[in-house]
Amino acid sequence: MEQPSDDLLRDIHRRMVRIRVFETEAGRMAEAGKIPGALHLYVGQEAVAAGVMAHLSDDDWITSTHRGHGHLIAKGGEFDRMFAELFGRATGYCRGKGGSMHISNMALGMLGANGIVGAGPPIAVGAAFSTKFRNTDRVAVSFFGDGASNEGSFHEAANMAALYKLPAIFVCENNGYGEYTAQANHQAIVDVADRAAGYGMPGVVVDGMDAVAVFETAGAAIERARKGEGPTLLEAKTYRFFDHVGVRGMGLSYRTDAELEEWRKRDPIHMFEARLAELGVLGKDQAAAVHEQVLADVKAGIEFAEASPFPAPETLLEDVYA
Amino acid sequence: MAERETTYVAAIAEGAKAILAEQENSFVAGEDVAGAGGVFGSYRGLLDEFGPRRVIDTPISEEGIVGLGVGAAATGLRPVIDIMFMDFMGECMDEIANQMAKMRYMFGGAATLPITVVTMSGAGMNMAAQHSQSLEVWICHLPGLKVVAPSTPYDAKGLLIAAARDDNPVFVVMNKLSLRNRGPVPETAYEIPIGKANIVREGADLTLVAYSRMVAEALAAADALAAEGVEAEVVDLRSLQPLDTATVVDSVRKTHRAIVVHEAVRFAGLGGEIAAQIQEFAFDDLDAPVGRVGAPFSPVPFSSVLEQAYLPDTGKIVAEARALLGG
Repeated sequence: MEQPSDDLLRDIHRRMVRIRVFETEAGRMAEAGKIPGALHLYVGQEAVAAGVMAHLSDDDWITSTHRGHGHLIAKGGEFDRMFAELFGRATGYCRGKGGSMHISNMALGMLGANGIVGAGPPIAVGAAFSTKFRNTDRVAVSFFGDGASNEGSFHEAANMAALYKLPAIFVCENNGYGEYTAQANHQAIVDVADRAAGYGMPGVVVDGMDAVAVFETAGAAIERARKGEGPTLLEAKTYRFFDHVGVRGMGLSYRTDAELEEWRKRDPIHMFEARLAELGVLGKDQAAAVHEQVLADVKAGIEFAEASPFPAPETLLEDVYA
Repeated sequence: MAERETTYVAAIAEGAKAILAEQENSFVAGEDVAGAGGVFGSYRGLLDEFGPRRVIDTPISEEGIVGLGVGAAATGLRPVIDIMFMDFMGECMDEIANQMAKMRYMFGGAATLPITVVTMSGAGMNMAAQHSQSLEVWICHLPGLKVVAPSTPYDAKGLLIAAARDDNPVFVVMNKLSLRNRGPVPETAYEIPIGKANIVREGADLTLVAYSRMVAEALAAADALAAEGVEAEVVDLRSLQPLDTATVVDSVRKTHRAIVVHEAVRFAGLGGEIAAQIQEFAFDDLDAPVGRVGAPFSPVPFSSVLEQAYLPDTGKIVAEARALLGG
């Protein structure tokens, strides 16, 4: 298994911090009424996107979910264009036509956040089919949640990926809740990874709060896919620190503060920073400097978005068709 | 030399073959399309000629199949996806309606999806309620998708090739009762433009607007009406989305009367949209309300007697025309 170099560890850390700060500020902007619509924030799950994406290049494809900002940031998304999209501006990645739930960047290999739970896996299978058809060693990674693992689309996609031995990796981010329903109330299994056996592919469980564990486990699955050995179902056990929608959400009493506090003790960034300090890879001050720099980048992104024009009404009917 | 003739189903296979031959990044995927050559024979011989990389049997997983097409198209391939019966669209409607139709728009124009979906519509073969429907309006209602409905072998091949050359998702809605119909089909890879209707019979007294198998019924109705001294013009829409409103309206301006004929149920069928467009653009030219002939508001029945009672046909078109003209 590939051991991450010091540079790679710092790179993974930076990706995580970029997600954390972006999402925290995006939440603030939403609560201030500056971002319209629904915002599903990724805070708490950063180790998953960062650990997986550290293996991918722009030529590798990913499909994402309604909670998609973190995936795009980890894949190389720029704050200015992302905030512009969330603010509904013409300079956004989708020219103001997608918003949070459809944010995407084809040039970065990001096939879109998706408002439909479970819609991504079949599309990732198509992208994986495409790379195999072309005889490249590129892969397609589909991120989805424990809730989506109950959708028929996931099962059809998993079966097809295994049948055709496609270079696809199914990354289930099990944050314990399908929207507001606890996992125990939406499926009779504990490990979504068990479902891999039904399709003839390996299923692996990893601690989704541990960036290095995610990096190593994802690395093995991605290497397997690149070598033409077929798909893997990787389940990362993680937790959503914010609500399903927004930060505080609708204040529904579906989980306890005590549970949240337990998970917060295992904050993926805090744990990773402690480890990096211990390894002498990134000191406390250096980590703080990363946060500071990223916050400055985020603020510049927000400024860019706020200064950007709204789309011209005449663009309404553009891009319905090619 | 007489023009070469083939069947409608052979024309589909020729069209698919032409696409695979001219587009290296195209492939055909669907249930039973490879080993079996398609349950209707639409892809016969293609596996032998192009191999399993380009002609692919899939599991019975319509959502997975359409998703495969969406993901493959977005990443640079040109998939031809077969949905055996259009009744099965319910199994894959999310990938059609929320992904395929909208990805380009949602991404601000950054994605291009050159997908062709081939599917079979229509009743008349005792296939009952779940294998006989004409659900084309489901797709016509979705911005981002195009829909064509060939009435002849010539159109089946030409519209299929046009669909595959188009950079948008195009549904080619074939008709299963037409599969054995014969007609002239050139051997070349020709294309029929999407978005243009075809005037298949000229007349001055009445316009019959039809598509798919109902074009033949409308032509037979026009013959019957001619015997009564009524000259009907027959417009084969060919393309349902986009709709060639101009050709329809020009015809109505000449004839002053129109009947829209389709096999789909009349309520909320395409006839309602076409009637609305005619009154919007040619209200003053109309001598009578626009007539509509379609299936009754009922599932397709199994028993032949009931199925024939259900289906629009020549007699029903003639009766509607007489009512319109005599009224």
